[in-house]
Amino acid sequence: MQTTTQTAAQDLMDRFIAVRGCRHHFPLLRQRVNGKALVYFDNAATSQKPQVVIDAIMRYYEEENSNIHRGVHFLSEQATQAYEAARVKVQRFLNAAHEKEIIFVRGTTEGINLVAQSYGRKHVGPGDEVLISAMEHHSNIVPWQMLCEEKGASLRVAPINDAGEIILEEYERLLTSRTRIVGLVHVSNALGTINPVKRMTAMAHKRGIPVLVDGAQAVPHMKVDVQDLGCEFYAFSSHKTFGPTGIGVLYGKSALLEAMPPYQGGGDMIKSVTFAKTVYNDLPHKFEAGTPNIEGTIGLGAAIDYLNKIDMERVGAFEHDLLDYATKALSAVPGVRVIGTAREKAAVLSFVIDGIHPHDIGTILDNEGIAVRTGHHCAQPVMQRFGVIATVRASFAFYNTKEEVDTFVAALHTVREVLG
Amino acid sequence: MSALRELYQEVILDHNKSPRNFRAMEDATKHVEGYNPLCGDHYTIYLKLRGDVIEDVSFTGSGCAISKASASFMSAMVKGKTKEEAESLFGEFHALVTGGEQSDGSLDRLGKLAAFSGVSEFPARVKCASLAWHTLHAALGSDAAKVSTE
Repeated sequence: MQTTTQTAAQDLMDRFIAVRGCRHHFPLLRQRVNGKALVYFDNAATSQKPQVVIDAIMRYYEEENSNIHRGVHFLSEQATQAYEAARVKVQRFLNAAHEKEIIFVRGTTEGINLVAQSYGRKHVGPGDEVLISAMEHHSNIVPWQMLCEEKGASLRVAPINDAGEIILEEYERLLTSRTRIVGLVHVSNALGTINPVKRMTAMAHKRGIPVLVDGAQAVPHMKVDVQDLGCEFYAFSSHKTFGPTGIGVLYGKSALLEAMPPYQGGGDMIKSVTFAKTVYNDLPHKFEAGTPNIEGTIGLGAAIDYLNKIDMERVGAFEHDLLDYATKALSAVPGVRVIGTAREKAAVLSFVIDGIHPHDIGTILDNEGIAVRTGHHCAQPVMQRFGVIATVRASFAFYNTKEEVDTFVAALHTVREVLG
Repeated sequence: MSALRELYQEVILDHNKSPRNFRAMEDATKHVEGYNPLCGDHYTIYLKLRGDVIEDVSFTGSGCAISKASASFMSAMVKGKTKEEAESLFGEFHALVTGGEQSDGSLDRLGKLAAFSGVSEFPARVKCASLAWHTLHAALGSDAAKVSTE
């Protein structure tokens, strides 16, 4: 009996990892920087990787490395299976209806460019409009600008209020008969705002307009269900989601993806090639030209397995608590102004201090072993909206602690001491 | 902390808070914008040249303490110098902040600019310290009206 109970307990442990106990799974976090214990608060730029992800990539090269969808030999079969298994993991993680709706790309940026170049070039014409919000990352602005310039279309921007929330009435007014597609960020990288993308998608759908959601800052912090959101496209990056760099995902509804022309041509995206005509491959391979980032997908798959054990709902709750704690602690520092005070926020604390440039704050924090981002966060229009050139951004992950927040706030007092 | 104190010396903090020659120049013979897209530092350097001599120099703009203090020091140091003297000072300043090899008597010639020696311990801040100088260099040459650190 005792053995059975032990096995059950072990099973439970294998399936679940307590959020608070996970820090030691990330080897990089043990480092010391400038003689101090590292406080890594730059998770919105990129996240650290758990040992299981590092091991999965190493194992792939030690035991499985081969090209996919090509050879009949054992290793190619192994690599293909591992690659396609990662696709199924992503499908379940996002609750997509079919695995063919999961396209592997380099990252969120490439996912958005794919949609702009493939869907956009086919459906956007002269006089048409593309609608985005005023809090987009450059990666959800520039691809649409390029498209609009080429097609003689115009880029419209839904404004945000002083808290950093999209003004929904204005957004609705900007959905016109000329709007061909909407691009929205799920969670703002510069402000932390969680946008009501489900509701905003429904508003666009009332006018028959498809929606792309940039999920780069959402997927690492909350449970995302693409069928529930209802959006046509959803993109995210592995490296912000505890997986390796150079790999990301574009989810697209199969009906739209089927009708879209390929983004890039090459191997693997074809069924047959003659000099007269090429027959393109089926989904998802139509959009995956060339040998893909196989190690990346396997690493991402391992990251998803790991996140499933922690449970994204619990990650969200833990980080919400941490953000609350940090926001309160920060407000006690003289001269601090938080940029982005939306009611719904995730894991990002962006701020300025009166009379002190963010770059100087960043240097002093670094000296204390604290990694933050300073600058415009690839969201210059957001900086312009709030009348600042740059901000300091502390961004959290579930491996961060309240003790680290205390160290961070104490270091901000040092900033005042050094710079007066 | 000592490396930080070395970087943020009193004179640097003073020039950041009360920058010298911090104004637009109506009758400038040349003005050039300098921009660091990484952090948004943005300055305009104004020059009044008579022949080869920098008769007057001023600047406007905003940025971090290091970049602003550096622009202030630069303006104070090159006023009255010839183009060649200013360029040569830039060379010595650059060696100072990048931790490069300094020629004999360099510290004497740098004078007060030696306050920026602490920058060499902070590679990420070299661009901040040299932005105004790169902009001056562009203004003295026939380069474009806008320079960027990237």
